[in-house]
Amino acid sequence: MSALETAALTLGYGGSYVIEDLNLEIPEGRITVLVGSNGCGKSTLLRSLARLLKPVSGGILLDGDLVGSLSTKEIARRLAILPQGPIAPEGLTVSQLVKQGRYPHQSWLKQWSKEDEDVVQQALEATGLMDFAERTVDSLSGGQRQRAWIAMTLAQKTNIILLDEPTTYLDMTHQIDILDLLFELNEQENRTVVMVLHDLNLACRYAHHIVALYDKKIYAQGKPEDIVNARMVKDVFQMNCDIAEDPLFGTPMCIPHGKGRRINSKKQQSVLA
Amino acid sequence: MTNFFAVRTKSGAISFQFSKKTTIIISCLSLTAVFVFILSLSAGSSFISPLAVAGHVFGYGDGSYDFVLNTLRFPRALMAFMVGAALGVAGLILQGIIRNPLASPDIIGITSGASVGAIIFIVYLMGTVSLNWLPLSAISGAAVSAVFIYLLSWKKGVTPIRLVLMGIGVAALMKAFVTMMLVMSEAAITTKSYLWLTGSLYGATWMDVYAMLPWLLVFIPVTFLYTRTMNVSELGDDVAKSLGINIELQRFMLLFISVVLAGSAVAFAGGIEFIGLIAPHIGRMIVGRSFAALVPVSALIGGIMVMLADIVARTAFLPLDIPAGVFTAAIGAPFFIYLLYRNRNN
Repeated sequence: MSALETAALTLGYGGSYVIEDLNLEIPEGRITVLVGSNGCGKSTLLRSLARLLKPVSGGILLDGDLVGSLSTKEIARRLAILPQGPIAPEGLTVSQLVKQGRYPHQSWLKQWSKEDEDVVQQALEATGLMDFAERTVDSLSGGQRQRAWIAMTLAQKTNIILLDEPTTYLDMTHQIDILDLLFELNEQENRTVVMVLHDLNLACRYAHHIVALYDKKIYAQGKPEDIVNARMVKDVFQMNCDIAEDPLFGTPMCIPHGKGRRINSKKQQSVLA
Repeated sequence: MTNFFAVRTKSGAISFQFSKKTTIIISCLSLTAVFVFILSLSAGSSFISPLAVAGHVFGYGDGSYDFVLNTLRFPRALMAFMVGAALGVAGLILQGIIRNPLASPDIIGITSGASVGAIIFIVYLMGTVSLNWLPLSAISGAAVSAVFIYLLSWKKGVTPIRLVLMGIGVAALMKAFVTMMLVMSEAAITTKSYLWLTGSLYGATWMDVYAMLPWLLVFIPVTFLYTRTMNVSELGDDVAKSLGINIELQRFMLLFISVVLAGSAVAFAGGIEFIGLIAPHIGRMIVGRSFAALVPVSALIGGIMVMLADIVARTAFLPLDIPAGVFTAAIGAPFFIYLLYRNRNN
């Protein structure tokens, strides 16, 4: 079954289309990664899935319900999105930020239920931020800050979580750290995760399902090991590469051609090719 | 989370969370407000000891201060507090929806809109129409300029930055209007208008108090309905939308509340500037960023500041009664420069 589905979806800004007539199904309980070159509409698509952008035409189904027919608060109880590079106001503490994730579950009279308290606690624990709860968000490092925002989306307690380039601007350690966290969430709580990633190798490692976008359409989708090949990378990213097997995980690994220092023998090269 | 305590009914239908620190701060500020209020009743051209004032207030007076206290100082001090509270909350709301700590009703044109409304009244209607209608004229002016700013900033929704830019433009336009009307009217009226424009609580009566009170009693509680929304809105439009907030509607409602509060304050006390800017800032410094705490704290701080400014204004240069707005501007302008300096990197 699909958690999210688009039907003949067309997206665009002021007359020019970025995505045209797109039919996409996001598998439930899986990690799906959208890949594609810069400006191919990955983020646009992700934003429209979270009703942050109105489609030009076509529809989006959330658990089988038309998104336009649900109240925005009802959607917020089912689907959370972490936009790219969110900024917390100066002086906001981590626990205050994470608490905001409870908004769709609260009302004016019911501002802080036991459940709110427990879920916020769980979100802080899951992201390893217990010790930072009373620190201000702006005093944290980039990786911790991103964890705090992820904790906020976790506190929303939705089955579906969308993330727009959650690893951008993070160093390699923190990229792996964030992706491991999302992977665990998916494993342990079976949450559907959809994200935009730039690093194809990491996408192949963490994603159950990859959607490659090219020229306003889906170029290919499926398991990384089935669809990621030299031909696909050439067509989608306009880049020549070799695809090897990740020595640790066995998932596809893209090795770009191009220039660089060459220190191995010709023989090893031909193994790659 | 030992710094917080939760209040919940057994069924779970009602639940709130309070911060211990904030509760203590609000209590302290309330006490300070009462203290400054009594000081404000004591101070003046004839000094009355705070003890005698307290005695009078609690019904143990011998009647000798009835006129000075009941007729002159009581309504004036109350008015000062209410005006400050209204401006503090109006500024807090604006800084929240515009997400800029430099926003305040006087900088983005709402106060100057109210000034235009009031000056139109003073120049064209005073004498033929009862003075009681001046507040309505000022609030209408604030509302017209707010609608104007809103419409000019609208392009598939309103973004904070467009709101600020249009606001500054409209503020300039409104100030030009005021100057034009002053230049074209008689000298006596010009003097009167100038006094009003600087912001004075001179001659505040019980009538004024009763006229101002309903605005506060309605709109400050209404603000409490929006504190959770304001907290979320501060995280940015995308995050707020994804948490289930109808951004445009909330922004409009909040702007409306801010206009009414700022407009009514200006209507009764003229252009008392910078309170809307400073009070929320001091609030954030002492209670952090939660709006549920900031609304009462900004109101109390705003009220205390205007009471203090008014005490100085009517005692520092006796027998002259200087407009309180002079003193709020004297403190506010350097503070504004300090804020600009601190935000120079953003």
